[in-house]
Amino acid sequence: MADTAASAAPTGHAGSRDLQHHFDSMEQQRDASSLGMWVFLVTEILFFGGLFLAYTVYRSRYPLAFAEASRHLDITLGTFNTAVLIISSLTMALAVYSAALGRRKAIILFLLATMALGGTFLGVKAVEYTHKFHDHLVPGAGFRFPGPDARPAEIFFSLYFTMTGLHAAHMIIGIGLLTVLVLQARKGRYGPGYYTPVEVSGLYWHFVDIVWIFLFPLLYLIGRHLH
Amino acid sequence: MSAVTAPPAVDLPAEPRVNYLNSTYGLKSWLLTRDHKRIALLYLASVTVFFFLGGLFAVLIRLELLTPAGDLVQSETYNKLFTMHGVVMVFFFLIPAIPAVLGNFLIPMMIGAKDLAFPRLNLLSWYIYVGGGLFTLWSIVHGGVDTGWTFYTPYSTTYSNSHVIVTAVGIFITGFSSILTGLNFIVTIHTMRAPGLTWFRLPLFVWSHYATSLIMVLGTPVIAVTILMVGVERLFHLGIFDPRLGGDPILFQHLFWFYSHPAVYIMVLPAMGVVSELVTTFSRKNIFGYKFVAFSSMAIAVLSFLVWGHHMFVSGQSVYAGLIFSILSFLVAIPSAVKVFNWTATMYKGSISYRTPMLYAFGFIGLFTIGGLTGMFLAAIGLDVHVHDTYFIVAHFHYIMVGGTIMAYMGGIHYWWPKISGKLYPEGWARFSALVIFVGFNLTFFPQFILGYLGMPRRYHAYPEEFQVLNVMSSAGASILGVGYVVPLIYLIWSMRYGKAASANPWGSTGLEWDTPSPPPTENFAVTPVVTGDPYQYSPEEVEVVG
Amino acid sequence: MSQHVVPPRVYFAVFAALIVLTATTTAVSFLDLGPWNTVVALGIAFLKATLVVLFFMHVKYSPRLTQIVIAGGLFWLAILLALTLSDFMTRGWLPILR
Repeated sequence: MADTAASAAPTGHAGSRDLQHHFDSMEQQRDASSLGMWVFLVTEILFFGGLFLAYTVYRSRYPLAFAEASRHLDITLGTFNTAVLIISSLTMALAVYSAALGRRKAIILFLLATMALGGTFLGVKAVEYTHKFHDHLVPGAGFRFPGPDARPAEIFFSLYFTMTGLHAAHMIIGIGLLTVLVLQARKGRYGPGYYTPVEVSGLYWHFVDIVWIFLFPLLYLIGRHLH
Repeated sequence: MSAVTAPPAVDLPAEPRVNYLNSTYGLKSWLLTRDHKRIALLYLASVTVFFFLGGLFAVLIRLELLTPAGDLVQSETYNKLFTMHGVVMVFFFLIPAIPAVLGNFLIPMMIGAKDLAFPRLNLLSWYIYVGGGLFTLWSIVHGGVDTGWTFYTPYSTTYSNSHVIVTAVGIFITGFSSILTGLNFIVTIHTMRAPGLTWFRLPLFVWSHYATSLIMVLGTPVIAVTILMVGVERLFHLGIFDPRLGGDPILFQHLFWFYSHPAVYIMVLPAMGVVSELVTTFSRKNIFGYKFVAFSSMAIAVLSFLVWGHHMFVSGQSVYAGLIFSILSFLVAIPSAVKVFNWTATMYKGSISYRTPMLYAFGFIGLFTIGGLTGMFLAAIGLDVHVHDTYFIVAHFHYIMVGGTIMAYMGGIHYWWPKISGKLYPEGWARFSALVIFVGFNLTFFPQFILGYLGMPRRYHAYPEEFQVLNVMSSAGASILGVGYVVPLIYLIWSMRYGKAASANPWGSTGLEWDTPSPPPTENFAVTPVVTGDPYQYSPEEVEVVG
Repeated sequence: MSQHVVPPRVYFAVFAALIVLTATTTAVSFLDLGPWNTVVALGIAFLKATLVVLFFMHVKYSPRLTQIVIAGGLFWLAILLALTLSDFMTRGWLPILR
C-alpha cells in the first residue's frame, strides 16, 4: 500500500483554496457545514427548551400572578424590539442572497445593517433592564412587587431575566460572528462558489430571531386583556 | 478479508516509517494538532488522569466503610468524597472515554475518511474538556462539593456551603465538549462515508456511536441550561427552584434526569459497539442479526429519553407519571436484551479465541446482564420504593458502569492498541489483569446488592454493625480491583517503547481500520477506499494471524 | 444544502407577513378571549416561526435530512414538555391515604 509518505498528495481535490483537505469535494464540505449548523441549532432548541419548560410549569401553576407580572413589562418596547429583529432577519437573508451573487458591497451593507439592528435590540433591552432595576423588579433582596402575588411574580421575573438574558448573550455572539463575516467579505472571500459561512451564520441569526418570536408573546402578552 | 478494493496492507518491517505519531515532533504539534488520532491520544491521557483521580476518591470511601463507625473522615468530608467520586467518574471519565478516545480514533478510519468533518472543532472539544476539568480540579483542591453528583435543589442552590458554582461551571463547560463530539460524529457519519459504504455496511461500532451522538446532542443541552439555572439561583437569587418563592425542587429533578438518564446510555452504547467488534473478531463469525443490533442502538437512543422518572419514584412526583415511566423503563430493556442474545448467537458455533479483548467482552456480557436485570427490578415501583437510595442501586449502576462500560473500554483499548501504538501488549500480563479485574469487581459490588437489599442506605459514612462483614468484603474487592487497573497502565506504557512491533492486522479482523499500517499515517488512506460488501465476512476456517 | 437562490421578492413578502402578524398579536392581546388568548398568541408565534424557517432559513428548498433534523429537535422538546407536565398536571389526581 503506497502510504509511506505522510504528506502523500490527496486525490480528487478541486484545487480551491476554500476546500479543506479532509473533504473530497466542495459539495461534501457544504453539506457537512450545513448539517453541522442544523445539529447545533437542535442543541439550542433543547437548551432554551429547559427554560420554556420551567416557564410552562410555573405559568400553569400561577396564571394570575404571571399575568399581573407580565403587565409590568413595556409592551411598546417589546413590540418595537420584535419588529427590529424581524427587519434584521430580512437584512440577514439579503446578505446571504448578496453573497450567493458575489456582490461584495451589498454583502457588507446588509451585514452591517443586521449588526446595527441587533445592537438596537440590545440597547432597548438595556433600557428595559434599567427600568426594571429602578422599579425594584429584579429578583433578590431588593425585589418589591405590589400586590399579594409577590412570590410567584418573583419567579416570573427570574424567568424573564434568565430567558431574555440568555437570548441577549446569543445575540452578542451573533453580532460577533457577523463582525468576522464583514472582515472576510471586505477581502472578497464570498461568491457563488463559496459563501457557506454567510449561509450558516444566517441560520444562527434566524434561530435567535425565532427564540424571540416565542419569548415576546410568552413574556409580554400574557395578561394585557385583564384590566 | 474485508470487502475493500484497495490492496491489502503488506506486513511492514519494524523500522521507523512515517506515521501519525512521528510525522511531526514537538509539544506544539500535539497541542495544535487537527489529526483525530492525536486528539484521541490527548483524550486518552486526560481521561486516564481523571479515572485514577475518581478511583482515589473511591479508595477513601471504601477505607471509611471498613468500619461501622464514621471514624476515618467526618460526615461532611464523606459527602464530598462520594460527590467528587461521582462527578469525576461520570462527567470526566465515563461519558467521554470510549467516544472521545476510541470513537475519535476509529470512526474516520472505519468509514474510509481522512478525518472527522470538523477537525478544529474536535481539538476545541478537547480543550473545552480540559478547561472544565480544571474548574473541577480547582474545586476539589479547595474542598470540593458535598451535594452528591446529582446536586438536588434546594440544597445545592441555597443551603450547601461548598464550591457548587465552580464545580457547576466545570461540568457546564465540559458538557459542550460532549455536544461538539456528538455533532462531529453525526455530521461525519452522514456526509463522509466512503463510496459504497451504505448505512447497512457500517461496522456496528459506528452505529452505536451514531446513536450515542444523538443522545449527546439532544440531552446535554438540557443539563447545561439546568446548571445555568442552578447557578443563577445561587448567585443572583433568581428563584426558579426555590420553595420559599413557590418554586418546585422536583422541576430540577425532571430537568436533571432528562439528561442524566440518557447519559447512562451515552456511557453504555459505545461499550456495546466495542463488544460487537470484539465478539465478531474473536468468534471469527459474522454478527447474528446485524440489522437488529443496529436498530437496537437507535431504539435505545430514543427510548432512553422516555424513562427518566424512574429515578424519581419516591420524590413526590405524581403516581400517574410514575406508572408511565415504569412501563417505559421495562420497554427500554428490550433492545439491550436483543444485543445480548445476538452476541451470544454470534458466538454459537464460532471459532472462539480467548485473547484478552475477548475476555473483557465476556466480562461485559455477563456483568452487563446482571446489572441490566437488576435494572428491571428497579423499574417496578413497588420494589424500587424499598431499595431506592440503598446500596442495591449503587451495585446496580456499578455493574453496568464498571462491569459493563469499563470492561468494554479495557477490551477496546487492548484490541486496538496495536493499531494505535504500533506495538503489541504482553498477553500474559493482560489476561492476568483481566482476571484480577473480574474477581475484584465482583467481590466489590456483589456484596452491595445484598447490603442494599438488607437496607443499608447509600451516601452514609457510618452503618449498623451487622453490615460490617459485607462491607469488608467489598473494600477488599476494591483493593484487588485497583491492582487490576494499575497493572495495565504499567504494561501499556511499557509496551509503547518495548513492546513487539505489530503488523497491520494482528487479529485478522475485517474492517477498514485494519487495512492501514500500525500505526496509520496521518491521512489514514492515501486513496479513498471503495467498499463493495458487508462487514464481518469471516469464515471460521481462516487461520488467525498474530504478529 | 441546496444552492437554490431565493429571489428577494419572496423575502420581502415574508417580511411583510411577519410585521403584520406581529402587529396582530400585540393588538389581539388586548382583547379578552379567555383561554383562547394563549392559543392565538402561540399560534401566531408558530406561524411566524414557520415562515422564518421555510423561507429565511431556506428549509423549503433544503434536503430531506435537514427537515428530519428540525422535526427531531422539536419532537424531543415535546418529549421534555409532555412527560414533565404529565407529572405536574396529574398531581393530586390519586388521593394519597394518610
